[in-house]
Amino acid sequence: MFAVEEEVAALKEGRKNRTQALCYHCGVPCITSTIAIDDKVFCCDGCRLVYELLNENGLCDYYRLQSHPGLSQIKTARTDKFAYLDNEDIAKQLYKFTNGDYTIVTFYIPGVHCSSCMWLLEHLNKVNKGILESRLNFTTKEVTIHFSRSVISLRKITELLTTIGYEPFISLDEAVEKKNKKLNKQKIYKLGIAGFCFGNIMMMSFPEYLSLNNGIEQQYAHLFRYLNLLLSIPVFFYCASEFFATAWKGLQQKTLNIDAPIALAIIITFARSIYEIAGNTGGGYLDSMCGIVFFMLAGRVVQERTYRSISFHRDYKSYFPIAVNVITTSGMESRSLQDLKEKDVVQLHNDEIIPADGIVVGGKAFIDYSFVTGESEPVTIKQNEMVYAGGRQVGEQLTIQIVTRVASSYLTSLWNHYAFSKNKEEKNDRASAIHILSRYFTWVLLFLAACTAIYWSVHDTSKIVPSITAMLIVACPCALLLSATFTNGNLLRIFSNNGLFLRDATVIEELGKTDHIVFDKTGTITESGNNHFFVAGHQLTEPEKSMLYTVVSPSKHPYSKAIAAWLGNRESRQTADWQEIAGKGITATVDGTMLLVGSAEFAGISKENIKENKAAVYIRIGDNVTSFHTSSVFRDSIPQMIPTLSHQYKLSLLSGDNDRQRSVMADLFGKSSELLFEQKPIDKLHYIESLQRKGKRPLMIGDGLNDAGALQQSNVGITLADDINNFTPSCDAILDAGKFANLPSLLKLARAARYIIGTGFAVSIIYNIIGLSFAMQGILRPMVAAILMPCSTLSIVIISGGLSSLVAKRLHLSLKTR
Amino acid sequence: MTALYLLVVISICVAGLFLAAFIWSVKTNQYEDQKGSSLRILFDDEFQKEIYK
Repeated sequence: MFAVEEEVAALKEGRKNRTQALCYHCGVPCITSTIAIDDKVFCCDGCRLVYELLNENGLCDYYRLQSHPGLSQIKTARTDKFAYLDNEDIAKQLYKFTNGDYTIVTFYIPGVHCSSCMWLLEHLNKVNKGILESRLNFTTKEVTIHFSRSVISLRKITELLTTIGYEPFISLDEAVEKKNKKLNKQKIYKLGIAGFCFGNIMMMSFPEYLSLNNGIEQQYAHLFRYLNLLLSIPVFFYCASEFFATAWKGLQQKTLNIDAPIALAIIITFARSIYEIAGNTGGGYLDSMCGIVFFMLAGRVVQERTYRSISFHRDYKSYFPIAVNVITTSGMESRSLQDLKEKDVVQLHNDEIIPADGIVVGGKAFIDYSFVTGESEPVTIKQNEMVYAGGRQVGEQLTIQIVTRVASSYLTSLWNHYAFSKNKEEKNDRASAIHILSRYFTWVLLFLAACTAIYWSVHDTSKIVPSITAMLIVACPCALLLSATFTNGNLLRIFSNNGLFLRDATVIEELGKTDHIVFDKTGTITESGNNHFFVAGHQLTEPEKSMLYTVVSPSKHPYSKAIAAWLGNRESRQTADWQEIAGKGITATVDGTMLLVGSAEFAGISKENIKENKAAVYIRIGDNVTSFHTSSVFRDSIPQMIPTLSHQYKLSLLSGDNDRQRSVMADLFGKSSELLFEQKPIDKLHYIESLQRKGKRPLMIGDGLNDAGALQQSNVGITLADDINNFTPSCDAILDAGKFANLPSLLKLARAARYIIGTGFAVSIIYNIIGLSFAMQGILRPMVAAILMPCSTLSIVIISGGLSSLVAKRLHLSLKTR
Repeated sequence: MTALYLLVVISICVAGLFLAAFIWSVKTNQYEDQKGSSLRILFDDEFQKEIYK
């Protein structure tokens, strides 16, 4: 009776037909088959253009390495988008090297994804003679291009890259940041050298361990001992230097930090070993010392995970354009943002961002503020009214006159707030439990040392120095630190495999301590674009649409409103017996036809016909059935996730939008959660502050610039990003929006971290007790130390790595690298 | 047994060579882009022949 099934079948059939013709370039199903070259079909002229360009230059191997490697060209960039690169002052900042003609430049290209991309980008010299060499770093998605400026300009290169579908992301701010990331190599060198020395010293200490005092001949003992000493010199002076540096820095600020007892242990071990070797009384503990340094460095390297294509420190500058077109008396001119002055007249195109607060002087302003304020709908601004920096113009060309400079605009002034001057990393570090534990550890150790000293001063004064030095050697808090660094290192890896990228390891502990989660609405709870309807089944005719409008327009139900909005403004017709039945639907007779609008049951549709794809609203006009499907208001994972989280956390919602979705949000969040609407960026920051004043530890989850203040102020700020390479405001962690559903598990894992580290620490205490009991009696032999140290280290590495992986597995998190 | 002197020194020198190799490989960015290098090695210059045909 109903045509629904047939309709669906027809739809599927249609889709099947369409899948047969995929764009040769990008793999998008082609709507028409008219755009074609030879037997190859393209979805749009952009894709065809790329193919032609590559074909001309003999670069069609691009298509052989991967099928459909390209990126869709349907949405092409404006031709003069990169005009500002002709401005030499701006271009100069991007050059890595230039001698006037020969120039090297590095671009970040987010679109790089497969071997074809790499192949093409490394063969750019075939397309233009001016490009001498190009090389892609696949991991960082950076292409380094050597070119001759007399042949091709920087602007032409960017335009070429854009034409072939690899539009570079240009930000002057990040060029500076990238340079700072190179310093980590020092740590790898140190680790390598420490490992080398540790291994060799271990090997040469074997005779000493096994000799039982006089087994080996004296001459060889000398050889091995002095070689050991020689090998330990680079470890002491080079590899361990960072422990001394941080310990010293702490002492200057009158605090005992974690590195202080370690530095002390290293110095004492080294001094005592020199004394023993020089005095020919023993072999010293150089193997233990090098082992400590090696394992500690290894722990730090593991923990220091950097995601090179992600940036955690972006502010509004990387969101804003680099330069804008200014209309001057002598024509159009490209000017960089910091040179923008009051009264400048700026021209903006579709999709461009307003650089500074200004007044509309020409064109029709239709501004999307969703990223800066959280309002989900674009707004129309009349002539001579204010537009604010950060808004995105939608539609036609727009001219505005600048009123305030970029740095003092309404939005950017948020960055002057003191929340942005704090160093969260340092703060986290100081509050860390490891820090506090290690301080106790140091004091207990010093107390025990004092007791031992007193004991031996009564019984045998010759044993004071050996026993105390042995104590400090064997009982350094490195086991504690190791359990922390290896647990954190493994957790960072697990987190990143599951879509959560942390700025550094200190965030894990803070994440585990949070007790209040604050959500942003637009872009976080909801998808950025709201209320998309799609219609299936019988396609409505114009008169039917008018009939439907008549029926739904008087209703206050959200779906009715949405359908009315979808239909657009129409004239209502005469209706008889209009009736709304709460929770079911509306029935009315228009022009003698009976209309039923509501649930499937209400519209009289049998259950078999509504299997998996359940629609929101069914409409029956006579015998024809139409169904309205909503793409859900919420992000997919939200409806299940919020109730789960509300068991353990207090939840809040902050929205920059108006409160028309209050009832929907209230249903989702429950009664105990606080829902605040029409929040300005600074209000969000203040709300977080007020929570902190109440002793809460808030976790903020947001996505836009409007959350930047709250993200910065909160104990942990997580940015949700649909594409992790896209712009994200500065934060502690970036969560891949596709993996949002993992959040409760990830939070549980972060909470478990504390217990895992604690377990590792408890085990290390056992080893410490054994070692100390030897040391206090003054009978700690190098061999005992040499066995205890690697044993404790190994067991801690296994415990921390194993436990954290086990917990992650129990939480159904993925352990494999993507 | 005096051969031990020589052997120990040689063994440390050999190990030192490996250390030097390690430092060299880090210094020349060989660990910077492991994915990229593994792809690049599969490319060949076949396309050039096609043009000259």
